[in-house]
Amino acid sequence: MAGSTPASATPERASPRSLTPWAEAWRRFKRHRLAYWSLWVLGLLVLGVLLGPLVYKVGINDIDFQARLAPPSWKHPLGTDDLGRDLLARVLYGGRISLAVGMAAMLIAITVGVIIGAIAGISRGWLDAALMWVTDLFLSLPQLPLLLLLIFLFRETLKNLFGLEVGIFLLIVVVIGGFRWMPVARLVRAQFFSLREKEFVEAARALGASTSRQVVRHILPNALGPVIVAATIDVQAAIIAESTLSFLGLGFPPDIPTWGRILYDGRDYMDLAPYWVLFPGLAIFITVLTISFIGDGLRDALDPRRVL
Amino acid sequence: MGNYLLRRLLIAVPSLLGISLILFTVLALAPGDPFEDLATNPNVPAEVRLALRASLGLDDPVWQRYLHWLGSMLQGNWGFSFVSRIDVDTLIWQRLPVTIAIIGASQILALMVALPVGILAAVKPYSWFDRIASTMAFVGFSLPTFFTGVLFILVFSIELGWLPFVFRADISETGWQWWVEQIKQSIMPVAVLGLFQAASWMRYVRSSVLDVIRLDYVSTARSKGLAERAVVMKHVVRNALIPVVTLIALQLPQLFGGAIVTEQIFRIPGIGSLLIDAILRNDTPVVMAVTFVLSALVIIFNLLADVVYGWLDPRISYT
Repeated sequence: MAGSTPASATPERASPRSLTPWAEAWRRFKRHRLAYWSLWVLGLLVLGVLLGPLVYKVGINDIDFQARLAPPSWKHPLGTDDLGRDLLARVLYGGRISLAVGMAAMLIAITVGVIIGAIAGISRGWLDAALMWVTDLFLSLPQLPLLLLLIFLFRETLKNLFGLEVGIFLLIVVVIGGFRWMPVARLVRAQFFSLREKEFVEAARALGASTSRQVVRHILPNALGPVIVAATIDVQAAIIAESTLSFLGLGFPPDIPTWGRILYDGRDYMDLAPYWVLFPGLAIFITVLTISFIGDGLRDALDPRRVL
Repeated sequence: MGNYLLRRLLIAVPSLLGISLILFTVLALAPGDPFEDLATNPNVPAEVRLALRASLGLDDPVWQRYLHWLGSMLQGNWGFSFVSRIDVDTLIWQRLPVTIAIIGASQILALMVALPVGILAAVKPYSWFDRIASTMAFVGFSLPTFFTGVLFILVFSIELGWLPFVFRADISETGWQWWVEQIKQSIMPVAVLGLFQAASWMRYVRSSVLDVIRLDYVSTARSKGLAERAVVMKHVVRNALIPVVTLIALQLPQLFGGAIVTEQIFRIPGIGSLLIDAILRNDTPVVMAVTFVLSALVIIFNLLADVVYGWLDPRISYT
């Protein structure tokens, strides 16, 4: 296109020496200052959530009626809820679940999306048309109502099959992931369309590479950049979806705190204990914001056409 | 034009059928039985239960049940709410206007924010205004609606006491007083939904204007001596808006999600809260009908977007 504008205001400079593609991407990524710092913030947050409960040894379900709705103090850094449970412990534990849901749902969405997109992109004719029709159909489904419906209908069965925690986790992850694959599929298909006509793929074809080898060895690795960007966005969307479900009271059961669930529980005490809703909300906000910035930085870093 | 519309309609019909099929499959696969209550009730003999099942067609093969259900959905016979004891369509028509009003107002707000901010940001890329606007946009769509809603209530209802945080359907005041109350209670939900939309739209508008503004024909317009304002408004924006319309239409399904959340936070008696109530109370006919109505609305709006698209871009032929 005649007018191409870089996505961020970074000075243009030719790289002094040749680097491996990943080192080059990292160099470009560091130029996006917000993304770079977001990576640090998110890294600290993830570390805190993973290691926090090992250091901060307060039980998430330790009830202390002496300290009901206590504001933040040295003993309870984020205050307590209506049963006197420590909110810091609950937010740390909830972070593990929220992040795990985000990662797992992203993996499902990416796997399904890449497979469907690749099949549609490499085959022509009716298979491609049918797959794209299904993709468009899924895109026009109202997601949240269906999420609620599915969780409501299948909750009991899965609870009986896999136990309370694992069952709900599986259900939420599969359902959220199952509604996020469409953009990835379209993206991968579009990439395949341009890549499969490129000279290097043609060369592989001329050398007798089978279709699956062409796809796995030659086309897919080159389509990976946009998929990685989409993956970061999916993590973020899944975290929001999980907290929305929990916030509507249809996510994890009350004794498993996730960020959305803590917010939901705190909603009725907003006037007495505003910190109860503020801290989990801030945790969601910071996670989502940093992931957005990282995604933006990756978009700049992984697009080889962009001169940075 | 009529031809084009007809073709779009013909594409929309299979989508609606597909959605109805998905909905029905979900319901058919789901465990649980609407007759569970009867089964455990010792006063209802087993034969009566079985006869009732047979009379309602629950023992028919799946495809027959699907056709039957689809037929009655199309005839406007949407069933009878187990809980509210009235027809589902009356229930939905009671709730739909509030939802449409809130969503519509929030979309207008979103457009009023996103268009000027996005265009101004793109006209001077990487200026201070652009940087601030882009950062705000990131912050805006990283704040989930349920958190902004809660924050708004904390600040404007609890701290400042300016706005009511429970939406009332039965305002007793009449005349202009009614309008004042109505607007007062709508400000927060509309702002929550609208600002969230505005944040993502602003980015679309910005990148779309950026794509267009460096094209050659824009330079031509400038070199003719047109004022910058005329160049931007008449030459750039009209063309830049074309992809934005599609993106806006594609986002509609998410918008209903946002509406459900806002209705739940502010306790608005709309179609979203109807859905949640129905789910929590096991009211299957209502759940199915609401989900179907929401899906149908999405498809109708996609159709509208196609029409607007054709109007904005004369290169798309109507034939």
